[in-house]
Amino acid sequence: MIELDFALTRGEFSLQLALRSEARALALFGDSGCGKTSTLHAIAGLLKPARGRIALDGRVLFDSDKRVDVPVARRKLGVVFQDVRLFPHLSVRDNLRYGAPHSGDASRFDDAVQLLGLGALLKRKPDRLSGGQARRVAIGRALLCAPAALLLDEPLSNLHREARAEVLEHLRGLKRELALTTILVSHQADEVLSIADAVAVLDDGRLRKVQPVTQFGGEQHSAIRATLEAR
Amino acid sequence: MDGIFVAGRRALKQNDDNRFGSCFRIYRPMILSQDETIALLLSLQVAAVATVCALPPATACAWLLARRRFLGKPLLETALLLPLILPPVVTGYVLLEVFGHRGAIGRVLDALHISIAFRWTGAALAAGVMAFPLLVVALRTAFESVDRKLEQAAATLGANAWRIFFGIALPLSLRGLVAGVALAFARAFGEFGATITFVSSIPGETRTLPIALYELLETPGGESGALRLTWIAVIVALISTLAAALLLRGPRAREVEP
Repeated sequence: MIELDFALTRGEFSLQLALRSEARALALFGDSGCGKTSTLHAIAGLLKPARGRIALDGRVLFDSDKRVDVPVARRKLGVVFQDVRLFPHLSVRDNLRYGAPHSGDASRFDDAVQLLGLGALLKRKPDRLSGGQARRVAIGRALLCAPAALLLDEPLSNLHREARAEVLEHLRGLKRELALTTILVSHQADEVLSIADAVAVLDDGRLRKVQPVTQFGGEQHSAIRATLEAR
Repeated sequence: MDGIFVAGRRALKQNDDNRFGSCFRIYRPMILSQDETIALLLSLQVAAVATVCALPPATACAWLLARRRFLGKPLLETALLLPLILPPVVTGYVLLEVFGHRGAIGRVLDALHISIAFRWTGAALAAGVMAFPLLVVALRTAFESVDRKLEQAAATLGANAWRIFFGIALPLSLRGLVAGVALAFARAFGEFGATITFVSSIPGETRTLPIALYELLETPGGESGALRLTWIAVIVALISTLAAALLLRGPRAREVEP
């Protein structure tokens, strides 16, 4: 259950959003500058709404009326940033372990490494990873902090064709293996369709519609895109 | 002031008298006398203690200046740079007034039976105060160059402020830290004005290498000793800069390996 009802302003830009979704994986869809990433950052606690309420699976993260504002470090959300943000001085292994340094649960670590195919990369530094590999490490790092939900910001952006396919395949695998509430920011229809159960279409800081992905079944790609973008 | 001119004239005269000898003197085996060795070891000890003790407060100040906005920040910035701007003698005199036996802090220390005036610890304090701004400036620049987005990412992974600082910000500022430490050590090693004003020149206690060198220049026949100490000062400065350069080169060299 994803409950968002908040308003925030950043300079000229104002974002106002109210939605409730039962979807396991919700995509925030829209053109750049529509407020997708701001929404994600507000959920993560990196941006503070002027007012409103944010709750995931019944856990209140922000509520201006009740003066709840859970600090970023205690929100327990696995955030995968669009610009990846791996720690350049740490190996892949140490990046992965950063979120759970004292966790003795080796099997969890091994599972994530296997699920994302990171076994051969563990000793490398981030500057020696390809774009797709870096994205997979970022996803693994977010997963290993034992998050209550996963926030993905354009997980396939700036990747070439093969890398996109590679990361997408792993994201699908994740969805199958882990029943984790996921919020995905995207402006690409294929990405949305293969990961999300529902799509929230944003336009200039406002919510246009929320729609289950199943409604698009069988349609052509371009038609889907047109449906998504129809306002 | 007179002393320097007298010494300078004497050195020039010596040079004239001894046109071939001066060349020879440079290559003479550099065996330090006992006094010179003591001065060298004392200087190394004072500079090391000064740098190590100045590092934590300098790091805190640099972090404050790099990351926080607060009332009176420009004032603090200027105050922290003062030892760099003021004549060292002034700094030494202020230290004497504050930490001397009659000074505000000095009296408290006396009551606790801790004396730093005219002790080597006082020399370390003077050197530390003089080196402090160099550490602050180097560390502040380093902290400011760390990508704040990485710290945000660390926070989303559950890291608290201490873990973000020691695990992300500090390691990513390592180059600035090493450069600052090298600079501060060299500055502390060469400290003269504030030290001689604050703790005077007591052999084996506060007579550091620069002070010993100055006094040798003041003493008839002290030139050969002065020359040896000059060489030592140059070597120490070179070693500390080289060590810093090598430390900074390390990580880069490793990155190239497969």
